Amino acid sequence: MIRAAASALWSHWRRHPVQLVTLLAGIALAAGLWSAVQAINAEARASYAKAAAQIGADRLDRLSRTDGGPISVEDYVTLRRSGWQVAAVLQDRLRLNDTVVTVTGIDLVAWSDLPAITEGIATTAITPAEALTAPGLVFARPETAQTLRDHPGFPPVVNTDALPLGRVLTDIGVAEKLLNRPGQITHLLVLPDQPFGAPDLAEVAPDLTWHAARGTQDIARLTNSFHLNLTAFGLLSFVVGLFIVHGTIGLAFEQRRPMIRTLRALGLPLSVLTRLVLLELLALALAGGLVGLLLGYLVAASLLPDVAVTLRGLYGAPVEDSLALRPAWLASGLAMAVAGTLLASAQALWRFSNLPILAAPGQHGWSARPRAMKTQSLAGLSAILIGLAAFALFDGLVAGFALMAGCLLGATLLLPPVLAVGLMAADRLAHGPVAEWFVADMRAQLPSLSLALMALLLALAANIGVGTMVASFRLTFDGWLDQRLTSTLYVTARDDAQGAALAKWMAPRADAVLPIRSVEISSDAHPLFVYGIVDHDSYREHWPLIAAGADVWDRVTTGQAALVNEQMARRDGLWPGSVVTLAPGWELPVAGVYSDYGNPTGQAIVALDLLLMHFPNVPNTRFGVHLPMDRAAQLAEDLGRDFGLPPDAVILQGALKAQSRAIFEKTFVVTGALNVLTLGVAGFAILTSLLTLWTQRLPQLAPVWALGLTRAQLARLELWRALALATMTAVLALPLGLLLAWLLLAVVNVAAFGWRLPMHLFPYDWLRLFTLALITAGLAATLPALRLRRLPPAHLLKVFANER
Amino acid sequence: MLLTVDHVTKTYPGGPPVLQGATLSMSAGETIALTGESGSGKSTLLHLIAALDRFDAGEIAVDGISLSALDDHGRAAVRRDRVAVVFQQFNLIPTLTVGQNLSFHARLANRLDPGWVDEIASRLGLQDLLARYPENLSGGQQQRVAIGRAMAVRPKLLLADEPTGNLDETTAGAVLDLMLDLVRTSGTALLLVTHSQAVAARLDRHAHLAGGRVT
Repeated sequence: MIRAAASALWSHWRRHPVQLVTLLAGIALAAGLWSAVQAINAEARASYAKAAAQIGADRLDRLSRTDGGPISVEDYVTLRRSGWQVAAVLQDRLRLNDTVVTVTGIDLVAWSDLPAITEGIATTAITPAEALTAPGLVFARPETAQTLRDHPGFPPVVNTDALPLGRVLTDIGVAEKLLNRPGQITHLLVLPDQPFGAPDLAEVAPDLTWHAARGTQDIARLTNSFHLNLTAFGLLSFVVGLFIVHGTIGLAFEQRRPMIRTLRALGLPLSVLTRLVLLELLALALAGGLVGLLLGYLVAASLLPDVAVTLRGLYGAPVEDSLALRPAWLASGLAMAVAGTLLASAQALWRFSNLPILAAPGQHGWSARPRAMKTQSLAGLSAILIGLAAFALFDGLVAGFALMAGCLLGATLLLPPVLAVGLMAADRLAHGPVAEWFVADMRAQLPSLSLALMALLLALAANIGVGTMVASFRLTFDGWLDQRLTSTLYVTARDDAQGAALAKWMAPRADAVLPIRSVEISSDAHPLFVYGIVDHDSYREHWPLIAAGADVWDRVTTGQAALVNEQMARRDGLWPGSVVTLAPGWELPVAGVYSDYGNPTGQAIVALDLLLMHFPNVPNTRFGVHLPMDRAAQLAEDLGRDFGLPPDAVILQGALKAQSRAIFEKTFVVTGALNVLTLGVAGFAILTSLLTLWTQRLPQLAPVWALGLTRAQLARLELWRALALATMTAVLALPLGLLLAWLLLAVVNVAAFGWRLPMHLFPYDWLRLFTLALITAGLAATLPALRLRRLPPAHLLKVFANER
Repeated sequence: MLLTVDHVTKTYPGGPPVLQGATLSMSAGETIALTGESGSGKSTLLHLIAALDRFDAGEIAVDGISLSALDDHGRAAVRRDRVAVVFQQFNLIPTLTVGQNLSFHARLANRLDPGWVDEIASRLGLQDLLARYPENLSGGQQQRVAIGRAMAVRPKLLLADEPTGNLDETTAGAVLDLMLDLVRTSGTALLLVTHSQAVAARLDRHAHLAGGRVT
């Protein structure tokens, strides 16, 4: 009995292969885009975890000098002798030809069981002692190791997968030689299991400050918003895909009603039938889900390199750009495919399980839908109101995303009623029988096409919203770069001595040489970088202030006040008139706030003299050089020749801007790609809706054909109908998209990154998007229209012959 | 002659010939009943005359226009301007009201005569149903709308494919009376496919289709 019933149910898909392909494609697209995002997130998080766990250093608290200078060996020895379990670290960047690596030298005698070291040694025949005795060993990933081996005079390199790209780990003695910084310690790691009874830090080393471990937490905090954005996009794509599944399954169940009634009339219990249908759905969900996983893997693999660049550029987070198959996202993809399919089928399943045996075949009286429309309108308005309430009750990302979700869901539910009202108005304007029929037919098709149009609305609104955000960001960022990067040339010396020599050498050759000196001051929660500046017109004229008190520059340059960046101002509520604590015992009034895009940390600017008073050892190695642009290249060349500076130590303003813009562009490659994919899925939803409606259309079109319209005319009208509905949807998507953009710029960005961007409008972009939407809808309608145009009259005649 | 069917043959792909040299002619205002067994090709012949389908050989001329030479647009023009068809399944346009359905064909042909449409609606008893949609009508009401739509265009030739086949006897009789009344008062020729000898007896002439030929 069960086999016969299953065979009967399955026969529907054999007879409707396009519908089956549509359903599987819908599940695959929904699961695929979701899985792609999850794969990217999983890979990025795995990279963070690996970097943190395997170097280990970021998990440990650290000690550093309060004035930012290097720690002396004497202090280190004193601490060790007094019982403190600390390990000295020397860390700096090292240039090797065209490559820059970060060398981390750790006192391996104090801390020998670093995971990266133990793993490297375990896979080779070397002994731990070799890492400590001359010439020492360095540990690096195979990709980095190859670069190191090509460099003459480098110690033997041991491969280990336990380090991120570009990081070299070695004993501190080896690092001293590689970095040419003998006897220097940048900081001390506080090892676990400190003994009881060790004296207070203030007694043993009063110049040192304790900093709580922050590495992984900071990266997680900073990148969380990025991953949340990606997840939101993945969810949006997933929902758009589910619209296809919902529409196709609804139609399939509708078409199978007579069969289901017959099966039940023949004695098949409803419970058995329900289980069979559920099993069928499960099998389809798994099949579609597997295809989706493959699709997701391909999408993720193609997007991951850009994501890696973004995360490295924006947050300094180490992410590898190759994708591994992780059980977590494989399981998540399949689970989402099954859950999504069941969710999308819920309504059809409920109707199916309540279908009386003798019920007449369902007739969709197109004019008898006011109650459904009313219910849908109320649901839509409720979703918006709930979003607004959440926005009023909560703060930050939760509020932003709740309002966004409420507005998107509400607007989506409101779309069909709004379109119906619009078509009623169009009905009054229509003149001539064909126009009247065209509008009336469009209204009649609305319920069947509404899911696809809702998907299109979501895709378009997301495109407009994210597009406006990115374009606004780009415009602001370009202006901001011009304001911030006013020096013609940026020069970095190897050390303070060379810095002093450089400044002296450049002074007569440039209009101005501005030192760029800063110190990192760590508090319990947030790091703060304090910059010292000298008075110069370039700051007064160009610095991008977004809020300023009276005489802002006079007060800052004379040491009476400080400037803070927007992130810090918003985070700590520091605006002109407030007082900022820069370091213990060092407070200054805030004179102004400046925009500081792309920087995840707090930053303050004070007069250089004032900074040096508090931190006399602030390195003096970076300079902004002002001189006419046409002399910059020559000066850069002279600097390189006379001081032996590597190319990346002398950077022209244009190159720096290009580099910044490149990182910026990479940041939005992923969202751009997901935008296009979502629009593609919406286009596919329209196509599948039109194709699945194809058989239902013939009885509606045949009478009009019989009355004197040609198939070509009808095909054109079919095309116009899709274009008209897409146009109306696009027009309605515009305000929704702009609302989305405002939420992204004014709420989500502020919560996620700490800065607020002005919103600009880009009508040309909307026009381009509308054209794209019309092309998408047109392409989706072309296939059914062509089929209609080429349809043999015999197929239309079947409608009249009652043989269908 | 209003209609000439001259040795027309028609075979559907993969099937036996349906029409094998069918020949028929009709004068203006004449009414003919076309009978024949199920599957004898009655509906096929009607569809060919209505320019809904193409024949394999022979010729059909409606109001002096040869159908074999016409392209899709020409055939659509014949359907729109010269003939009207009443189907067994009514085939009203579900998205238009009764009033819109009644005038639709006439407006397509650019021959709308509101007075005539009103008279048809009145004579068919549809005045109170004009704002309704087809799905809210009974079978008999729908068929009356279909007849009204066909007559509103003042066709020279009305083709009816078992127009009362889906109706009960009483309703069928009333619908047929109305159709014949309208046809006779407007001078329209009627070719009516039927299985009923009683219906056939009420028309001017009786043509029988058997073995793909009209006798």
